[in-house]
Amino acid sequence: MKTSTSLRALFVAVPVLTMMACSSGPSEAELAAERNRIAAEQAAAQKAAEEANQARVKAEAAQRLAQAEEMVKQERAALEAEQTVYFDFDRSTIKSDYYSVLDKHAAFLVKNPNQTVTVQGHTDSRGTPEYNIALGERRAQAVETYLLNAGVSASQITVVSFGEEKPAVSGTSEYAMAQNRRAVVVY
Amino acid sequence: MKKIVVLMCAWVLSFSAWSQLNIVITEGVDNATPIAIVPFKWQGEGFFPGEITEVINADLRRSGKFNPISMARMPQFPNKVEEVKYQAWVDKGINTIVVGSINEVGASRYRIDYAVVDTLKGAELAGDSQILKDGQLVSAQAHIIAARSLTISGDQYRQFAHRISDVIYEALTGQKGAFLTRIAYVVVKDRKTHDLPYQLVIADYDGENETRLLSSPEPLMSPSWSPDGNKLAYVSFENGRSQIFVQDIYTMNRVKITDFKGINGAPRFSPDGNKLAMVLSKDGNPEIYVIDITTRELSRITRHRAIDTEPSWTPDGQNLIFSSDRGGKPQIYRVNLATKRVKRLTFEGEMNLGGTITPDGSELVLVNRTNGNYHIARQNLSDGAMQVLTKTFLDESPSIAPNGSMIIYSTLHEGTQVLSLVSLDGRFKARLPAVEGQIKAPSWSPFLM
Repeated sequence: MKTSTSLRALFVAVPVLTMMACSSGPSEAELAAERNRIAAEQAAAQKAAEEANQARVKAEAAQRLAQAEEMVKQERAALEAEQTVYFDFDRSTIKSDYYSVLDKHAAFLVKNPNQTVTVQGHTDSRGTPEYNIALGERRAQAVETYLLNAGVSASQITVVSFGEEKPAVSGTSEYAMAQNRRAVVVY
Repeated sequence: MKKIVVLMCAWVLSFSAWSQLNIVITEGVDNATPIAIVPFKWQGEGFFPGEITEVINADLRRSGKFNPISMARMPQFPNKVEEVKYQAWVDKGINTIVVGSINEVGASRYRIDYAVVDTLKGAELAGDSQILKDGQLVSAQAHIIAARSLTISGDQYRQFAHRISDVIYEALTGQKGAFLTRIAYVVVKDRKTHDLPYQLVIADYDGENETRLLSSPEPLMSPSWSPDGNKLAYVSFENGRSQIFVQDIYTMNRVKITDFKGINGAPRFSPDGNKLAMVLSKDGNPEIYVIDITTRELSRITRHRAIDTEPSWTPDGQNLIFSSDRGGKPQIYRVNLATKRVKRLTFEGEMNLGGTITPDGSELVLVNRTNGNYHIARQNLSDGAMQVLTKTFLDESPSIAPNGSMIIYSTLHEGTQVLSLVSLDGRFKARLPAVEGQIKAPSWSPFLM
C-alpha cells in the first residue's frame, strides 16, 4: 500500500520536473543521478546502523552468556573447594556435618543437568586392599545416594573406588588416616 | 639376637651389588640347621661366569631351614666325596656338606658335579669303607644323600644354581624346593614426582631378574599367576575405572577380561587355569563371580547385600573361600561352587581377611585383626586353631610359596611398604627392603619347572 502511494507521487512529480527542465536548471539526468546518490547514501547509513545494532546485541548476548558461564564456573570452583566428605574408620555413613556441602553440590547439579560428576571413594591403609576397594565403593555410593535423594539425575553421577591405592596424605598417623577415609566429588 | 641381625646385615651388604631386593633376616637363624656349601672347584681356562655356591648359600638361608656356614668355619675345602674328612666336619658340628666341581666342556658349556654328604654317617662308615666298597656298594654310599651331574650354559647359571638348591632342599627335608619360582608385585613410586608411579613387576623369588610388565599413571592391583606360570591376571585403573586384564609375561600380549560398571577386582586363576574367580559390583554391591576365560561365560557365586570379596580357590577347585562382612565385621567364609552353600570358617579376633588355603589343603593363611593390629596368621582347617605368625605393622596380601613352606606379604616398615617373608611355622622371618617406592600385592608363582 505504501509503495503504491509513493509510486503515485512519483508519477505526479516526474511531469512537473520535466516541465521545469524544459525551462532551466539541472538536466533530468543530473537530477536522477543526484537522487540515486542520496538514496544510496541513505541505504548505506541505514545498513551500517543496523549492523552496529546487531553487533551490539550480539556482544551483549555473548557477555551475558560469558557472565552466566563465569558464574557457573565460580559456583563450581566454590563447590570444588568443598568436594570432600570424610568418614569414620570402617564406616560409610555420611556425617551430618557434610549435609550442607552435599546439598550445595546437589543444587548445582540439578540446576545444570548437563554437568556430570565422578564420586571417588577412598580408605585408609588399614585392612586388605581388596576389602578397602569394597569399602571405598560403599562410601562413594553413600554420597551418590545422598545426591540422588536430593534430585540429581543418576545419569549425572559415576562412582569409582580407589580403596587405599591413592592416599591424600601418605603415612599412617591418625591425621593421615583420617584424611584418607574420604569420598570426593570430582567435576 | 641383636648380634645376629647385625651379622645378617653385613652378609646382606656383600650381596647388595647384585640383589634388587636385599633380604634382612629378622628372626629364626637360631632354629636353622648348619650346613656347609664348600665352594665348587673351577676346572677350566679363564673364569666361570657366576658364583654358583653364593646363590645356593643365599637360597638355603632364605628357606629358614638352613644356616650355611661361612668359609672361615670350614675345616677343609673338598671338591668330591672321596676328599671329605668326615670327622673334621662332625667335630665342627656340621652334619651336612655339599661338595662339587665345575668343568668347562665347550664354549660357554659347563658340567657341574655335586654331592650332598652326611658327615655323621660318613664318619661312622669311614673305617669300613674299603670292605663295603668291594662288597655292598649301596651301603658304602649311605652317607651320600644325593649326587648329581648336569651340563649348563653360562648365562643360565643362576637358574641352575636354584635347581641345585631345590635338589639339596628336597633331599634334606623331603619337601620340594621353591627356589625356581618368581614373585609378581606392584611398586608405587612417589605420585608427585613420577608420571607413571604404578608399576607391575615380576622378579625371581630372590629379587633377581626384575622385569617391569607395565607402568601406569593410575593404580594397578592384585596380580595373580596362572597355574602354568605364563600369565598374570591383574586389575588396572588406566582407563579411570577398574578393569581386569590377563597378560602373557613372555609375549606381553594382554587381554581385557572384564569392564563392568563398578568394581572389577581380585582376579584369581582356578587350579586348572580355565577360569577366573573375581569380584564384580555391577549389580550394586561386591559379589563373587567365576568367569570361563575361553567362553567368557559368567556365573554369580554369592548373593548377599554385604561386601563379598577376596575369592581364593581351594586346591581341589571345588570351593572358593572369600571375605565377607555379612556377620558384621569381615570374616572368612567358604562357598561350594556346585551347591553354593556358604560356611563361615573364622571366628577369632575382630576381623579376618585375605584368606588363602595352603597347597596341601590343610591350613588357611589370612590377615587377622586383634586389638587393632593386623597380622598374618594361619588357621588349621581341621581343628580351627589359629596361630598369629607375624609381629610387623599393617600386614596384608599374604601369598604362599608353591611348596607351602613360606608366606610373602606386604607390611609397613619405617613408614614404607615393603615385602616380608615368614615361614608357615612362624619361626623364620625376613624382610625385603624397597629400593624406591612402596612395594605391595606380592603374588608367589607356581613351580616353574
